[in-house]
Amino acid sequence: MTKVRPWLPLIGIGVFAVLLLLVVPATLSMHWINNLGKYCCLAMAAVGIGLAWGRGGMLVLGQGVFFGLGAYCMAMHLTLETAGPGRLPTFMILYDPLGDLPAFWEPFRSELFTLLAIAFLPAIVASVLGYALFKRRVKGAYFAILSQALAVALAVLISSTIRETGGDTGLSDFKYFFGFTLSDDTNKLMVYAIAASLLIVCLLVAWQLRRSRLGELLVATRDAEERVRFLGYDPADVKLVAYVVAAVMAGVGGAMFVPIVGIITPAELGASASILMIAGVALGGRASLFGPALGAIAVGWGQSSLGSTWPGGWVYVLGLLFILVTLFIPGGLASVFSRVWSVRRRPRPAPVAVPEVVLR
Amino acid sequence: MDALIAPLLNGSAAGALLLLAALGLTLTFGQMGVINMAHGDFIMAGAFIAYLTQLVITSSNISIPVALPLAFLGAGLLGLLLEVGIIQWMYKRPLDTLLVTVGVSLILQQIALQIFPAQGVPVEKPSWLDGQLDVLGYEWPLRQVFTIVLAILCVTALAAWLRYTSFGRRIRATVQNRDLAETSGVNTRTVDRITFFVGSGLAGVAGVAASLIGGTNSQMGTRYIIPAFLVVVAGGIGQIKGTVIAAWGVGVSLAFFADWTTGSMAQVLTFVLVVVFLQFRPQGLFTVRTRGLT
Amino acid sequence: MRITSRRRGTTVVAATGALAAITALALSGCGDRADSTAEPGATATSTSCIDTSGDTIKLGFLNSLTGGMAISEKTVSNVLHMAADEINADGGILGKKIEYVQEDGATDWPTFAEKTDKLLTQDCVGAIFGGWTSSSRKAVKPVVEENNGLFFYPVQYEGLESSPNIYYTGATTNQQILPAMDFLASQGVKTLFLAGSDYVFPRTANAIIKLYAAELGIKIVGEEYVPLDKDDWTTQVAKIAEAKPDFIFNTINGSSNVGFIKAYYDAGLTPATTPIISVSIAEEEAPSMGHEVTGNYASWNYFQSIESPANAKFIEDWKAYPGSSGVTSDPMEAAYISLYLYKALVEKADSFEVDDINAAAAAGGITIDAPEGPVALDGENHHISKVGHIGKINADNQFDIVWSSDAPIEPDPYLKKSDWFPADVRDALVAAAG
Repeated sequence: MTKVRPWLPLIGIGVFAVLLLLVVPATLSMHWINNLGKYCCLAMAAVGIGLAWGRGGMLVLGQGVFFGLGAYCMAMHLTLETAGPGRLPTFMILYDPLGDLPAFWEPFRSELFTLLAIAFLPAIVASVLGYALFKRRVKGAYFAILSQALAVALAVLISSTIRETGGDTGLSDFKYFFGFTLSDDTNKLMVYAIAASLLIVCLLVAWQLRRSRLGELLVATRDAEERVRFLGYDPADVKLVAYVVAAVMAGVGGAMFVPIVGIITPAELGASASILMIAGVALGGRASLFGPALGAIAVGWGQSSLGSTWPGGWVYVLGLLFILVTLFIPGGLASVFSRVWSVRRRPRPAPVAVPEVVLR
Repeated sequence: MDALIAPLLNGSAAGALLLLAALGLTLTFGQMGVINMAHGDFIMAGAFIAYLTQLVITSSNISIPVALPLAFLGAGLLGLLLEVGIIQWMYKRPLDTLLVTVGVSLILQQIALQIFPAQGVPVEKPSWLDGQLDVLGYEWPLRQVFTIVLAILCVTALAAWLRYTSFGRRIRATVQNRDLAETSGVNTRTVDRITFFVGSGLAGVAGVAASLIGGTNSQMGTRYIIPAFLVVVAGGIGQIKGTVIAAWGVGVSLAFFADWTTGSMAQVLTFVLVVVFLQFRPQGLFTVRTRGLT
Repeated sequence: MRITSRRRGTTVVAATGALAAITALALSGCGDRADSTAEPGATATSTSCIDTSGDTIKLGFLNSLTGGMAISEKTVSNVLHMAADEINADGGILGKKIEYVQEDGATDWPTFAEKTDKLLTQDCVGAIFGGWTSSSRKAVKPVVEENNGLFFYPVQYEGLESSPNIYYTGATTNQQILPAMDFLASQGVKTLFLAGSDYVFPRTANAIIKLYAAELGIKIVGEEYVPLDKDDWTTQVAKIAEAKPDFIFNTINGSSNVGFIKAYYDAGLTPATTPIISVSIAEEEAPSMGHEVTGNYASWNYFQSIESPANAKFIEDWKAYPGSSGVTSDPMEAAYISLYLYKALVEKADSFEVDDINAAAAAGGITIDAPEGPVALDGENHHISKVGHIGKINADNQFDIVWSSDAPIEPDPYLKKSDWFPADVRDALVAAAG
């Protein structure tokens, strides 16, 4: 098909950036800016899921693992920064006051190391995991269940190592963020702006990946893995790249989640948290560029506002959302939008199945 | 030797409960390819049915045997409802059944929370399960023996049903080649429905067993769902004997790790062990050659 | 394999990324740096927005109404509503009726933080009541401190914490754990087995128990932990049966208790030979374990069986309240009195402002006639004095009180009065808390 306005998505990202970075800080209260910051973090993970699942067909049910790795890297640094040089975090004093800082904490005193770890730790873990699984051609439901089991295992591991990780209660009570006082409103705005900017960067990376040959191979792998193999490509490599990119996005999202929310616990990376990350992606449109991010923000907003006015109701809404979207609009709201769009421009029958092609 | 007996027996009982939870999945997931995340909540439904039965029949000696078929029926009907209402439109998108049933699971848990708002409900154990069995010096609780007996009965019944009845033959035919089965006059829609009914019903039976071992509350299903799926995957999809061995293996490894380390580490190590195992045998312990499943 | 980009998108990505980073940095120029101010707490710019102009005062109730903790926290939420209704029927606080805003913590700790912020900055509530798990309290703590709000926490907990912005109406360790140990010592217990859920409260409680047991000459013969959401205790109970302790100290929380008690009963262990003393089984939880838990002990500061006019009224009111569970328990009572404590504080301060309330607390002399008996607020550590009771579970799932501390126990979250508690730990913790 012909390439219609290839720069259109870029304009969209630009508009989105203006909204997030200029309009939002000027209009919303600090409470909602902070909330939006939290949604942005989840949206980063969602953009990654969109790539891996929507484009690559890998139902990643364990993104909590990478979200958690990024988050705990950041949280360990902030905890140490709050404790002050040479001192133990409070919770460690509780269990073993005279013991040393566990060796794996030590490097997180360094700001540079923390930043590198946030990006590379999820990447390394995803590479090893992805290589092992994709080379063995583990896919579909197997992949989904295994990735979820790993999320559970990591959550239990953290819960049970209280002295080393803070356990079930997690890490909280951070006072500083790379030298900035977290309680200061201007600094909160800065943390939000960083999160929002990183979300924009994630969208740009996703946009670029989708346009590249890799992006085309990824979709091809999703739709017909065997044919890709016959054409001389290794589908495992293609999937691996998308999986690693998704992991890094989740890791970065998790890292920014920590200073914005102020607490990270194993519950945020366990099975149900990992599944909830999927909700927004499904709603927005798994295969589209903007769908996952906007869907994640919408679900976050729904939880914040509906959860307040009608607590039990929100659970029903979320449940129905999973059911109705999957049943009736598997392409998410993005597919509805693009269908309307294409019909308006030149009437033709709506594309079948998951009509993400139109958005290209 | 003595140190090994207790974890071995307790692990076998834990494995039996896991097997009961996973057995239904070998049908709905293994044979039909549906990833039913609400399966755990059907277990919960079974447990609540055991409680409701005790409200009517107060003697737990009678109520538990009565509750078993009722739970099978109740959970089975829930499953049938799910199949007719939602799943039947989704056989061409197996991965999406996971998302749909996550939604169903959320709703079922919230409904249970609103019907049974208390701190969970008590399910009384029959007094004929009081006491222990002396096995080489270890006092093995009878309740655990009961779980194992129940699991063996369910597995035998299911295997016999699949092997020797005409329904069983139709199910196997549908799994192996749906189109050919249809042309041969098998009503595959009916087969789907019955398979789903039986698979979900088995979750109800598991629920009765679970209610005798732990707490009965709206969240109890979430405890079983992931281990159960893991067991089915490790056993080899659609393979009852694989599921039996995998469930037993997971149960025993949980017990031994818990004996050597802590309950938490046992869970971590067992999960990692299963994932590593699947690395070497991605198809699970046993494989079935079909055209229907890829 | 060859994966190449056909367009110049990478440069666009790099350029926009850099642009975004610059925007962020530019924005950050005017914020406070850590080194510019000594005390992070002092930099909080937010001023109280509590609205006292009308004839109502807004209060926030923050409980998990959905998710795993809802089974426990819904009751707390209900009893808070009842207390608010009672106070309103009685004329309110300083003549203002309570207008409560109920929020759902959804068993999700970031949500607790988010809702605390909402209640304080959007609804401008005078104080927040609720929370249950330690995780929820730890999520709320930095937010109330930053906004200089008030949080009333109604559940017994692991202690070693205090905050100018939190009032604790549940027991700290020296009011629940230590009395339980004193009781065991008085019973001539020589060996003890520790069984707990794998999280902060049991771990900390057991650390304290081990220290105090050494002081009392009680030997710890085993220690087992199982994850909070796990039911299967058979392997661990087999170890207990083998160790044959005089008593089991149970710090298991939630429905995992049901699995533990069932495994205990199955193994043929009985209160006659191997009794259990629990710190998380109350009137609400006992029915779900039926007769298998009967005869065992629990350590609390309130039991429904306490005889006092205030308790009789509390029980009667609760039984008549819509949505009531029919039984009262320690956390419920602590939640109920938390609202009355707030009322007493506000009336003493004659103000709804947080600083005035804290000043009134520090001035001392705040007592309330609670269902558990008269309690006094410690203005310094924001905990309340409590009598320690040991109850024995009877066939009606009620508790027969078999032992009580001589007098109300002063709250001592940092165990300053216990010289067996290592001073360096205490000093380090106090220093870390600021």
